[in-house]
Amino acid sequence: MEKELKVSAIKNGTVIDHIPAENLFKVISILGLQNIPNQITFGTNLESQKLGRKSIIKVSDKFFEGDEINKIALVAPQAKLNIIKDYEVVEKRVVDVPEDIVGYVKCVNPKCVTNFQPITTRFRVIGKSPLQLRCHYCEKTTCENQMVII
Amino acid sequence: MIKNKSLVSITDFSREEILHVLDLAAQFESNPNQPILQGHIIASLFFEPSTRTRLSFETAMNRLGARVIGFSDPGVTSATKGETLKDTIKMVSNYADLIVMRHPLEGAARYASEQSRVPIVNAGDGANQHPSQTLLDMYSIRKTQGRLEDLKIAMVGDLKYGRTVHSLIQAMSDFNPTFYFVAPDELKMPNEYKQFLDERGIRYEEYTDMADVLPKADILYMTRVQKERFADLMEYERVKNTYVLHNAMLDDTKDNLKILHPLPRVGEISEDVDLNPKAYYFKQAENGMYTRMGIIAGILTGM
Ligand SMILES: [Zn+2]
Repeated sequence: MEKELKVSAIKNGTVIDHIPAENLFKVISILGLQNIPNQITFGTNLESQKLGRKSIIKVSDKFFEGDEINKIALVAPQAKLNIIKDYEVVEKRVVDVPEDIVGYVKCVNPKCVTNFQPITTRFRVIGKSPLQLRCHYCEKTTCENQMVII
Repeated sequence: MIKNKSLVSITDFSREEILHVLDLAAQFESNPNQPILQGHIIASLFFEPSTRTRLSFETAMNRLGARVIGFSDPGVTSATKGETLKDTIKMVSNYADLIVMRHPLEGAARYASEQSRVPIVNAGDGANQHPSQTLLDMYSIRKTQGRLEDLKIAMVGDLKYGRTVHSLIQAMSDFNPTFYFVAPDELKMPNEYKQFLDERGIRYEEYTDMADVLPKADILYMTRVQKERFADLMEYERVKNTYVLHNAMLDDTKDNLKILHPLPRVGEISEDVDLNPKAYYFKQAENGMYTRMGIIAGILTGM
C-alpha cells in the first residue's frame, strides 16, 4: 500500500507500472502522452525487485486500445496495466509484442530509404526475445540492441 | 498469371510465377521480335547510372514494341532539386503503364510500389534486391541443365555482400538444390541465409578452396571479390588469387558444368576461360534481355 501512495491515486484511468526507469520518456513519447490534455502523473526511480529502478505513469480518464498499448512492449516488455474505475482496479493487463511495428522505430540500415525520405517506418517482428525487426522496405534486420525509437 | 503485379523482391513471385516468367522468356528467345506492346508506354527511371542493366531493360521494351520514357542520369531530374521519390513516382505513374526503376537507396522500389498507380519492376535498390538478375540466372540454369531441380550449385567469391547470390539462394530453395559456398573467411555466407536453408532442410557445405567443389558442381556461380570489402588489406592480398578461375582448373569438372557470373567481372575469371564451352556468362547476359521481355510482357498483357 505504501508503494502505491508514492504517486497519487486516480479516480478513473490507466496506471502503467513496471516501466524500466530509463525508458520512461520513451513510453511517454510512443504513447504520445505529451500531446493529450488529460491529467498525467508519473514517478520514476522507484525501487523495484524485478527491474531495479522502475517508473510508473498514471493517466486520468484514458483507456488504451490493445494495439495502442502494445506499442510500448518494445521498451517496457514487463509493463503491467491497471485499469481504474472509481478508484478500484477493474482490470489488469500485460503488454504483448505486436506483429508489426509501424512508425516509431528507426531502421538500422544507413542506406534504407526510410532514413532519407519522409516515410513511415514499418517492421515485421521476426524474433521476440531478443527482439528482431525486419524492415518492410530494405528487408534488413534491426536487433534489440540497435533499436532507436523515433 | 502476373498481370499488373509489381516485382520488387524475388520473393514477390511464387514458384509457379517464376516458372511462368521463364517459359515466357524461352518463347521470346525463340522469337525475339514480337511487338505485342505497341501503344504501351514504359518508364525507365535510373536514379543511379547502370548502363548494363538499363540497356538490357530498354532493349527488351523496344523489342516488344513499347515506347520508352525516362532518364538514365539522376543529375537531369528534379529529384536532385529535392523532389521526393513519392512525388516523382506519382507523376510518372500518371504517364506510363509500367515503371522500371533503379535507385541507390534500399527499399526505394518497395516504397515506390506503394505510391504508384502502375506496377513497378525493381532494377536494383542499393545492395538489396535485383529480381530480374535472379530470374535470368534461373533461366540460364534451367536452359543449360534442362531442369531446376536437384542441382549442385557452387557459389564462389563474395558471399557476404553479393546480393545476387542471396536472392538466388532464396529462389532456388524451392527446387531441392545442394549448395557449395566457397569464400574467404571475411566474406562468408551470412548466418541469416544459412539459417534460412536450415529451416527448409536444404543441404549446403562451406569451403575456402574452390578446387574442393569443382569436380562435383553442375553450376559454378562466380562473383566479384572486391578490395574495398576487406577490412584487412593484407587478407585481401593473401586471398585474391585464390578465387580466380583459370581454364586449367576445369579439366576434371562435369561435362554439364556451366560457369555463370553476373558481370562485370574484375579479374575473377581469367580470359582463357572465355573460349571453354563451359563458360556461359556472356550468353547469360543475353538471356537477361529475354527474361526481361518475359517479365514486362507478363505484367502488362497477362500472357
Ligand atoms: Zn530499412
